[in-house]
Amino acid sequence: MLKIGPYEFSSRLLLGTGKYPNFDVQKEAVEVSQTEILTFSVRRMNIFEPSQPNFLENIDVQKYKLLPNTAGAKTAEEAVRTAKLARASGLCDMIKVEVIGCQKTLLPDPVETLKASEELIKEGFIVLPYTSDDVLLAKRLEELGCHAIMPGASPIGSGQGIINPLNLSFIIEQSNVPVIVDAGIGTPSDATVAMELGADGVLLNTAVSGAEDPVKMAKGMKLAIEAGRLGYEAGRIPKKRYATASSPMEGMSIS
Amino acid sequence: MELIINGDKVEVPNKITTVSSLLQHFGINQKVVIVELNQSILEKGSHQETTISDRDKIEIVNFVGGG
Repeated sequence: MLKIGPYEFSSRLLLGTGKYPNFDVQKEAVEVSQTEILTFSVRRMNIFEPSQPNFLENIDVQKYKLLPNTAGAKTAEEAVRTAKLARASGLCDMIKVEVIGCQKTLLPDPVETLKASEELIKEGFIVLPYTSDDVLLAKRLEELGCHAIMPGASPIGSGQGIINPLNLSFIIEQSNVPVIVDAGIGTPSDATVAMELGADGVLLNTAVSGAEDPVKMAKGMKLAIEAGRLGYEAGRIPKKRYATASSPMEGMSIS
Repeated sequence: MELIINGDKVEVPNKITTVSSLLQHFGINQKVVIVELNQSILEKGSHQETTISDRDKIEIVNFVGGG
């Protein structure tokens, strides 16, 4: 079970809802993934086109926990406002703190992320900050009272996979709250590696929505995350320099 | 009455006096929308009793796809 704040989930996949080819494919991908947490963004509505479809209307919101993000925020103040707007919907109290510090790399601003997280914890949110893979920053966020830590594997939407497994493993080792690897995942094997490192979950979006067949990729990611978790729980064999025979030497008929 | 909605000047009939009647006017009262009135975020349950007046600054936001 994945426990975030007061909530428990049997799926360890958190799925983003951006950039799918259409709502039908998205709906099927979400279902196949068996995710229980969906991320969203908060944006100004086009009030002159009220008939514009919205994915939220296509899903059973009771079935999923909504994890709105503060994407678009460049300062702690903007992130806090977005979080409060999201909560005023009456649909959610979890928030993915995302304060981007650089438009080219979309890497998070550590100082503003820390400030926003602190404020939102005071405001009673369930706070999941998207952070760089800095080990000490992760520690500081946990000390503030964040309910999960979400280090990036590599830049958002880059599909580069896990660039610094060592840092991720340090973060996982030190954390007493769930660590969810967020951003940069490209393939199912990336997700498996994250889970084998001991991550409690994986948050991804583009890897599924941008795949040639998002539905198939959603299934691949689900299985990959389960496989990685099982591998982690089972405990891998140590690596050895030389071979060790799997078949016994005793009782061989030819000598 | 003139309102500033999502940064744009918008003219609405004077009979619109509350946030919920404004949402109804735009046909979005059944949708998941969040309203901020003069920089103060309104709880979902308060749309009916919150009154609006000329020159109010209103933000109407919703959830969109994102990661």
